[in-house]
Amino acid sequence: MAAVAAPASWPSSWLSVRALRCWLTVYRRIWRSSIWSSVLGPLFYLGAMGLGLGTLVDKHGTAGLGGVSYLAFVAPAILASGAMNTAMGEASYPVFGSVKWNKIYVAAQASPLRPGDIFRGHLMFMTMRITMNAALVTVYMWALGATRSAWVLLAWPAATLTGLAFAAPIAAWAVTARSENSFAYVFRFGMMPLMLFSGTFFPLSQLPDWLRLLAYVTPLWHGVNLCRMLSLGQVDLPVALANVAYLTALAATGIWAGARTYRRRLYV
Amino acid sequence: MSYLPGNVNRVSQSEVLVRARGLTKRFGEFTAVDGIDFDLYRGEAFGFLGPNGAGKSSTMRMIGCVSPPTSGELTILGADPVRDGSAIRARLGVVPQEDTLDVELTVVENLLVYGRYFGLPRRVIRERTAALLEFVQLADRAGDKVDPLSGGLKRRLTIARSLINEPEILILDEPTTGLDPQARHVVWDRLFRLKQRGVTLILTTHYMDEAEQLCDRLVVMDHGTFAAEGSPRDLIARYCSPEVLELRFGPELHELAADKLKDFSSERTEVLADRILLYVTDGDAALAAVRSTGLEPLTSLVRRGTLEDVFLHLTGRRLED
Repeated sequence: MAAVAAPASWPSSWLSVRALRCWLTVYRRIWRSSIWSSVLGPLFYLGAMGLGLGTLVDKHGTAGLGGVSYLAFVAPAILASGAMNTAMGEASYPVFGSVKWNKIYVAAQASPLRPGDIFRGHLMFMTMRITMNAALVTVYMWALGATRSAWVLLAWPAATLTGLAFAAPIAAWAVTARSENSFAYVFRFGMMPLMLFSGTFFPLSQLPDWLRLLAYVTPLWHGVNLCRMLSLGQVDLPVALANVAYLTALAATGIWAGARTYRRRLYV
Repeated sequence: MSYLPGNVNRVSQSEVLVRARGLTKRFGEFTAVDGIDFDLYRGEAFGFLGPNGAGKSSTMRMIGCVSPPTSGELTILGADPVRDGSAIRARLGVVPQEDTLDVELTVVENLLVYGRYFGLPRRVIRERTAALLEFVQLADRAGDKVDPLSGGLKRRLTIARSLINEPEILILDEPTTGLDPQARHVVWDRLFRLKQRGVTLILTTHYMDEAEQLCDRLVVMDHGTFAAEGSPRDLIARYCSPEVLELRFGPELHELAADKLKDFSSERTEVLADRILLYVTDGDAALAAVRSTGLEPLTSLVRRGTLEDVFLHLTGRRLED
């Protein structure tokens, strides 16, 4: 009987990179369609919120914002929540579609790639998209004078980590979804409240105590807080480490879960 | 076309590539594959013939190492599909029932992406792509997007893609379902050439003509088990009379005629919804005998026995029901 010549187990990172390269090829073909939302979206946000609304806010004094302009206050939050939005966009419909519509996963699973490789390769691509968009917002922030410190350079990876903390668990869940309707609920009842109540557009101190405690548990607050401390150069190290630990734990849980949910979904 | 599969050493017929014993697949309470045994030899074309829901696709997915067996034994290329799935799949080609091409990419890009899954260097992929597109007669569409291609062209591209890693075994799940007759013949012709080059083909189909054209050996599958196995010719000889007389009487007389002809053939009579089939040695003689009883069919046809008849005999159902 013919023996299997190839090693029984390929190094997993290598196989994941093969999956990543598929997404890069696809991206080279479709990047134009995402360019406007990536390039102009955050610019509109920064302009409308930071400069438009900001002018109004700044007139009434910014003691509640910690003495910085509204633009400086809101910009790092737009960075972090933008990373969350990119993560949601990349980890929901594209993951679901890879099973149901264009069947990218189904095609890949007939190759040496295993479900975990397919997952991690796609997650690498999502992380790349998150980091690209975050880099752009960071540059805007600097160009608009919204930053107060060179630490803002670290806000960029911090935003990427925030995005990953969303992308990994969402992808792990999205692959199991039976219908794309579930995503609308997550957008409406998950992301919207997070966007509004995570200290993004106004400080958490404006919220009643119970709601503030709730906000501390949500991942976006950790991302926003981390990015804001770095952008303003007011880093409280223990808090920053706690933020990083929280986001890392969430990302790690998602990565662990994804390998399992992908296997369950693809190997029936 | 130096590279195409087939350069694999031709080994004697006795080399078993896939071996199954008591192979079973359950989905909850439902048993899709119910303890089947088979051996597939290198170089042969082996067919799973059966209606929808017979367990063919479940069997294919288990052989493709993307569906762990519930119980029983399965060995592919000498290895365990659950433990060594990745390494086994590196040596398989898969043409799934539904196309999984990326329609946003071009023909060439589809092969590039797929070749990379197998860890092939870009240069090798480029060489093989040229040869494969030539082979499936798609060379002139190399730079085209996949989306507007016809069903037949997409199928041929899927076949080309499945060959990018020079597989030893090519698994085809209903390769021509949904294609028009002309497109089906092109696909059959290409598969036949692959077989001649020594590629082992495993295919499922519910077209008896496809099974007859391509398969050296086949199993008739129904409700997750094998109803019979052998070469198409053996099966016809074993389960079917040399000739079949097909009679149509029209709706008014159908039941009356069916009743009269129930025991007419010494071998067997099948009453379908619209036709009556008499399994006989001499079709013309049987037709004359039917007429002599006073029954006059609207239409009559004498034909050879086919796998469709075998299937009907073994399962009491038609293949495409």
